[in-house]
Amino acid sequence: MSEVMVEADHLWKKFKKGEIFNSLRDLVPALVRRRLSAAERAKAELEKREFWALRDISFQVKRGEAFGIIGHNGAGKSTLLKHLSGIMRPTRGTLSVRGRLSALIEVGAGFHPDLTGRENIYLYGTILGMTRDEIRRKFDAIVDFCGLAEFIDTPVKRYSSGMFARLGFSVSAHVDPDVLIIDEVLSVGDFLFQRKSLERMHQVLANGTTVLFVSHNLRAVTDLCSRAIMIDQGQLVAEGPSAEVARKYMERNAVGPGDQSEKEAYVAAVRIRDSRGRDLQFEAGRKVALEIDVTANKPCQKLAVVLECNDDEGYDIFNTSTERLGEAPFSLAAGETERVTFDLTLHLAPGTYHFTVYVYRYDIQKNFDTRSRAVTFYVTSPIDVRGAANLEPRVTGQEKLSPATMADTG
Amino acid sequence: MPSFLQPLRRHRDLLLMLAWRDIRIKYKQSVMGFLWALLMPALIVSAGLVVKLGLASVSGRKLEMSQLATVTLKALPWAFFVGSIRFATTSLTANTSLVTKVAFPRAVFPLAATLSALFDFAVASVVVLIVLIVAKVGVSVQLLWVPLLLVLLAAQTVGLTLLLSAANLFFRDVKYIVEIVMMFAIFFTPVFYEASMFGRWGTILMLNPVAPILEGLMAAVVSHQAPDPMWTGYAAAWAVVLLTIGPLVFARLEPMFAESI
Repeated sequence: MSEVMVEADHLWKKFKKGEIFNSLRDLVPALVRRRLSAAERAKAELEKREFWALRDISFQVKRGEAFGIIGHNGAGKSTLLKHLSGIMRPTRGTLSVRGRLSALIEVGAGFHPDLTGRENIYLYGTILGMTRDEIRRKFDAIVDFCGLAEFIDTPVKRYSSGMFARLGFSVSAHVDPDVLIIDEVLSVGDFLFQRKSLERMHQVLANGTTVLFVSHNLRAVTDLCSRAIMIDQGQLVAEGPSAEVARKYMERNAVGPGDQSEKEAYVAAVRIRDSRGRDLQFEAGRKVALEIDVTANKPCQKLAVVLECNDDEGYDIFNTSTERLGEAPFSLAAGETERVTFDLTLHLAPGTYHFTVYVYRYDIQKNFDTRSRAVTFYVTSPIDVRGAANLEPRVTGQEKLSPATMADTG
Repeated sequence: MPSFLQPLRRHRDLLLMLAWRDIRIKYKQSVMGFLWALLMPALIVSAGLVVKLGLASVSGRKLEMSQLATVTLKALPWAFFVGSIRFATTSLTANTSLVTKVAFPRAVFPLAATLSALFDFAVASVVVLIVLIVAKVGVSVQLLWVPLLLVLLAAQTVGLTLLLSAANLFFRDVKYIVEIVMMFAIFFTPVFYEASMFGRWGTILMLNPVAPILEGLMAAVVSHQAPDPMWTGYAAAWAVVLLTIGPLVFARLEPMFAESI
């Protein structure tokens, strides 16, 4: 089946920056002033600066396809989504969606705190486009999915935020639209619920639903989607298989060195590679070498290199330094470069990680340079493990215990 | 059927659900429960009685039971009108998260507000019915005018709420203007008095689109006469105009809601 379900054709969207009058109290005097003076009129023209939030975006999504949209915050993802779901209209270009579309944009946006879980299921369900009969039919499945049966007649204002999100997601997950837009909602609830959510998404896909998934969680995008696009500053900058687009995103993400001439010593370059040469995507457990070049503008003594690894949320999951590993500090003459190589084994769970590198002098506690996210890389794993570390699990036993063996061991 | 109702038909469940939500919240949060629906009309009626008493003592005539019936009868549609307008004006801005995140016809918000005011109206109607029976106003064939007059009022209300809710989205101080206008509008509308009391000047008061409806209701229910055809036609013309312009303007502005709210 290769029926096109979603098609964006040269989509442009213009936003106005500058003064926006949202009260008559401000608007009326401004209009009067503008009428009276030419200078005010010129100023008003200047303030009407416009910018393009979306620039010439075109893509197609076919039936049953899972399609990822990747981009930084503010890149235009949300604006694109609002066009897809029909909340905004493009300035130029056309957009067509076939069949019923449902958007899981913000879980529980339609909830009312004073209503019970049951009442909110009906309310939110109709907001998402289901009929009352449909909700009545799916009610038990929804309650079952979120696991909140005993709280279903409690007002949701008494729910924890996790329960709130679970209820919201459960309703959303049962809409069964032809085209489903998901914006960062897979990250609600605890680990078990996330897993259930992801399974549900795979099930939805298996039923032939077209899914558009928007996220900056690269792992979730590559897991779920076959194809993806990357948006940057309102423009479509990459399109292709999701793993490839994710890689391009990481390459773009790497922070450049900036102006280093003022610094006494700085990180000139950071490279990561495994035995197969330079890459940004590695299988869990691979050995990689991280090469760091430190260059000095002025003579520097007793330098050390500090290495920090963060996950995508910015948590420090690992750090070390040449000093702590027992290496002697090094000195540099002006213009000289030292190359420090760390050998590392990536015992990491699948996901996106970043290395941050510091040039540091321990005895006077001076930081010469920080290269945040000097390298971004992506870890894949043939087995399904989650978290930050990969303890490389293997199930070696799974058997029923007879009372006799229990007595033996106990 | 006006064309703007087409997409709404598909979202009928949503409209009813939102109205039900508004009703549920109103009655759940209030200790008084269903008395809530009676509060506003009751206040209007008692204010009206004070005015009537004053008028009676000035003119030296006794206050009649039919006058109580008249004030009660007029208070109810007026409470519906004011309640709808006030509630619907802020209905879009009160649901910002839905307006910016989920796509469906935005007209459901002001319409749901009007529907929930209609619910209050229905609850209070029971009390009005009792008052009318106690006042022994009796029945006549003229009562058949009542549904038509109420439909005209509802049409005017819907048209106006569509305009005001959209206006309040773009200019946040519209709701304050509406509050003030609604507070004093009762003095310019024949609720406490009859337009005919003013003789020639009564004509000016009847230009208020709601006035012919209230006077028509009084004529049909209390006086058992047919409403003045010319003024009823005038109110109907307003209903048509508002129900044309309201949805037109609303539909025209709707695509800008999400980015302007």
